[in-house]
This record gives sequence, C-alpha cells and structure tokens, in this order.
Amino acid sequence: MTAEETAGRPSAALRTEALEQLLVERGLIDPAVVDRLITTYETNIGPLNGAKVVAKAWTDPAYRERLLADGTTATKELGFGGPQGEHIVVVENSAKEHNVVVCTLCSCYPWPLLGLPPSWYKDPAYRARVVREPRTVLSEMGLDLDADVRITVRDSSSEVRWLVLPERPAGTESLSEDELVELVTRDAMVGVAKVAAP
Amino acid sequence: MSAPLSVDGIAAPPRANGELLFAAPWESRAFGLAVSLYEAGAFDWPRFQAALIARIGAWDADRVGDWSYYHHWLAALEDVLVDTGAVPGGEVASRAEALALRPAGHDHPHPHP
Repeated sequence: MTAEETAGRPSAALRTEALEQLLVERGLIDPAVVDRLITTYETNIGPLNGAKVVAKAWTDPAYRERLLADGTTATKELGFGGPQGEHIVVVENSAKEHNVVVCTLCSCYPWPLLGLPPSWYKDPAYRARVVREPRTVLSEMGLDLDADVRITVRDSSSEVRWLVLPERPAGTESLSEDELVELVTRDAMVGVAKVAAP
Repeated sequence: MSAPLSVDGIAAPPRANGELLFAAPWESRAFGLAVSLYEAGAFDWPRFQAALIARIGAWDADRVGDWSYYHHWLAALEDVLVDTGAVPGGEVASRAEALALRPAGHDHPHPHP
C-alpha cells in the first residue's frame, strides 16, 4: 500500500478512471484510440525493432557508419520513430569498451526501438547503483567483465537517448542478417548483457 | 485481481522478454492516456517528461512510501493537465471520490448466473 492510499486518498486506479472520464467528456481523448495504443505497445512494439537496427549495422558497414554518426536519422531510415524515438545516440561495445545505459532522472528509454522499459530499468536501485558501481551491478545481472574492460555509463535524458550497438559474437560470420536479428536481446542493447553466439 | 496469471497459453498476459509490462490495468491505462494526449497534440513530450522528472525527483528526495513508477507517471500527467488548463486541479480527486462511492458490483449490472 502506498502512502497515498494509507492517507485515505482515492487509489491510483480510481484516479486513472476519473481522469479518463474527464478527458472523454471534454473530447480530448477517444477510449478506442487509447485501447489501440495500449495494444500496440503491449504486443507489437518490443525489442525486435532495435534488433533489426543492430543486425543491419553488423552486416552493412555503410549503415553502421550512418547509425553511429546520427542514430535518430539512421533508425528512422528503417521506419522506427515516434515518442521517445528522437535524439537517439548509438554507442558501440567492443572487447575492451563497454557501455551501459541508465536514465537516472526518469527512466526515459527508446520505446520505438526497445518497447517499454522493463521494471528493473525503472527501479531506483538500478538507477542509483549502476552509476556508482557499474561493474558490480553488471556482475549481479550476470555479466562479468574483465578488469581491463573500460565501462562507460551513459545517462539518458530528454536530449540524448542512448542505444548500445553490441559486439557481434564470434562464429556468426556465416549468418544472414535475419538470423542475426534473432540473437540480439533487449538487455544487450541496454548494455547489461552481451550477445551470445547460437 | 487474485487469479494467478498463466505464463503461457492464450490466457497469458502480454510480456516483453518474460516480464510484465504493467503491474495493474490502471498502469496501462495511465500510460495510454498520456501517449494518446501527446499524439493528439495536448502537450509536447518534453513538458510531460519534465513533470515526470519532478515527481520522481521529489520521491527520491525523501523516499516515503513504496516505489511505483506509474504512480509518478499518473501524478505527472495530472500536473501537466492542470498546468495546461485541460483538467483543473481538484477535479480528478473529486471525481475519483464520487467513483469510490459506487455500490459494489456496479460494473456488473446483471446478476451472475
């Protein structure tokens, strides 16, 4: 129970219902549009779009250059844009350089590429700790990096939304772009995991 | 909701990489309202984001009560709508209090067999 509920204020569920009623009465929203939008984000938009961007960058050097130079334009090139899809900056992970993304202020996240953020990304502990002790947090999340790997924590904001271009795993030289898409995970594009070879 | 959620099969809730996107139906509704309003031009996204940062920052400062991202999201949305004049302050609370007085089973007008 939240402090708000213990204080006897209406629950968040009731406030949301009340807000929706008021917005419908004023003609500001159409509940059918809201329904469709929620379904779209719950079922259609997920990390697959980001995985397509990564696989293309792995197989098309000219695209990789464009992606690292201007992430927003290069991801739009593949048809991905929308709220929180602006100001995308892509950073590349390698054997010696590792980037991990957080948004310490409000959990902003590149929705059109990765879907909605997972609960751990929004958690105050992740937001605070990954900045102070990234190596430990990554290790707790199952990613043990050698001591000589340099870790850079990228803090997203309204001006920059970071996306990690993970390292292409060894042994995947013969895979097609479509097969590579299957390997790329959301966590690798946030920088809390590596992409594993099949 | 007290029924256990099934992990797979047609009754399974939508998941992303094995995790629930929303912990309760009102969370997805609050999400959908904000994005719909933004898409309809009711406010610019940075304005909503600034309100969300302010709400989360205030919670971070004293950490009273449990953490709930979508509580802050909803509060930020209310803040922006008060700010733009779309929904005057106090209206959401008074409507919610009125809704709370509905008799139990109000959403099931016909008796269940």
